[in-house]
Amino acid sequence: MKTIVIGVIGADVHAVGNRIIEYTLTREGYNVVNVGVLSSQEDFINAAIETSAHLIMVSSLYGHGELDCRGMRDKCNEAGLKDIILYVGGNIVVGKQDFKDVEKRFKDMGFNRVYPPGTTIDMVLDTIKADLEGLE
Amino acid sequence: MRCYLLVDFGSTFTKLTAVDLDKEDILATAKAVTTVETNIIEGYERALQELFNTIGGAISFEKMIACSSAAGGLKMVAIGLVEELTTEAAKRVCLGAGAKVELVLSHHINNQEIQKILDKKIDIILLAGGANGGNKECVIHNAQKLASSSITAPIVFAGNKDAIDEVTEILSEAHKTFFICENVMPKLNVLNIDDARDRIKDIFVKNIIEAKGIKKVEAIIDRVVLPTPHAVLMAAELLSKGFGDEKGWGDLVLTDVGGATTDLYSIAEGLPTQMNAVLSGLEEPFAKRTVEGDLGMRYSASGILQAMTPSDIEHYRAQGIDMVQECAKRHADIGWIPSTHEEFMVEDLLASTCIDVALSRHVGTLKSVYTPMGMMYHQTGKDLTRVGAMIGTGGVVIKSESPKQLLEQSLKHALKPHELRPKNPQYYLDQDYILSAMGLLSMENPTLALRIMKKRIVKL
Repeated sequence: MKTIVIGVIGADVHAVGNRIIEYTLTREGYNVVNVGVLSSQEDFINAAIETSAHLIMVSSLYGHGELDCRGMRDKCNEAGLKDIILYVGGNIVVGKQDFKDVEKRFKDMGFNRVYPPGTTIDMVLDTIKADLEGLE
Repeated sequence: MRCYLLVDFGSTFTKLTAVDLDKEDILATAKAVTTVETNIIEGYERALQELFNTIGGAISFEKMIACSSAAGGLKMVAIGLVEELTTEAAKRVCLGAGAKVELVLSHHINNQEIQKILDKKIDIILLAGGANGGNKECVIHNAQKLASSSITAPIVFAGNKDAIDEVTEILSEAHKTFFICENVMPKLNVLNIDDARDRIKDIFVKNIIEAKGIKKVEAIIDRVVLPTPHAVLMAAELLSKGFGDEKGWGDLVLTDVGGATTDLYSIAEGLPTQMNAVLSGLEEPFAKRTVEGDLGMRYSASGILQAMTPSDIEHYRAQGIDMVQECAKRHADIGWIPSTHEEFMVEDLLASTCIDVALSRHVGTLKSVYTPMGMMYHQTGKDLTRVGAMIGTGGVVIKSESPKQLLEQSLKHALKPHELRPKNPQYYLDQDYILSAMGLLSMENPTLALRIMKKRIVKL
């Protein structure tokens, strides 16, 4: 069974969407490890180490995602999670910005997939499946 | 007269407690220096003679059971993967079993760390790592490291269940003594103490006390059943929860200041009481024990000095107390006993510092987070603010001229508002030092042990 760590990063307490993600991914047959709201990068990374996760899915709804996610890929590398797949989604930046720029910035930060506001977890299931296919 | 004899083989003293079953009370207590280096029975018999002198003649006992922290107690190493998760879980299991955690190792262990395990003469190794279904590579690596070393101490495996087959193969091929238990952290942030803790207790009773020369005493008493701190933890849990119709005291904190260590026990769920607090991190055990090896009244007196800030030391100097010298004196002469009022006062100050620092390391903390929804708090650890009872024990607290003041001073609530310390507890004193004995008695007769504790542990 593939393991996915999910949670809401930073000083963000939006719990409902995170529960929906947990529910959906569990239904799809993944081992979901939910670190919950108000989680730090370290909470995600520590959980991923102990559970040998394949993917970390970071949610951020309050606009400060860019600050909260900075350096996360470096920390993963430092923690030995070299090939872990990083997703991020929600209202990840402040205000209305061209999503192409936003996506580029997050990809430069080391995130593999970046999703704009309004993306539901159902819309991403095929991508998750494809990304995790063939991984041990 | 039907009586039980409860024995505590301590590192310094062998303490005897005789309980009268019919009167539901303590008949007498006695102590003598522990003689584990020569023959543990000698010290025991000296204490027994003293006990008979107090009673006024020899009596026979229906049951004689003992706990022990003699010959260095139970020395353990806790090995896990991530420091805050399985390593911390493993450490809590060791502490809950009444062990002294001499080493805490995380991630892949190396040769130097293997050497440390050998140098420290570790009694039992607790090997954890990985949630079930999670990482098993690390715990297998660590099992291989232990297997290829000259370590003979028993190994308790309580890591990722997926690794059990490989670990079993590795350790049995290397002819190591090992035991397989349930994972200490089966899921993220879920703590599972009982199985591994009970196994450690069994190994202690079957192997460790024999190796330490304590088992000899089973020729004259029934059996040695527990490490002493485990007995104290059992007593505290019983006193908190109650048994059957005999009500307990509810949430409580117990502090035991000794010569070498300061032990702190809390029996409480410790869930958030603060509005807008979110609990984070590894689950806390309901009955939690922490031990501070650097805080003690004699052997570890120098540690108290290190825990004081230069400002504290100056504060005491202004009052005419030279803490540097006071600590050095106690460290140099572990048999020193205070006699004057001033000396007792300094003992109280040092003891309250021990408890103060031990509390800081034991209780949970709040960290404020500004969110768009307003101020929120991260709670890590136990919230003990509403604990109703604080019990003091250990020589220095029992002999103190004003134990209540000593305990009150140690709380320092106003100075450390982010720490979730007890706020307005009722203070109690274990004046006869009976907790370990009552832990032992609780294995035979919990109601009786509870009644005696409620009678003998006095309100201050």
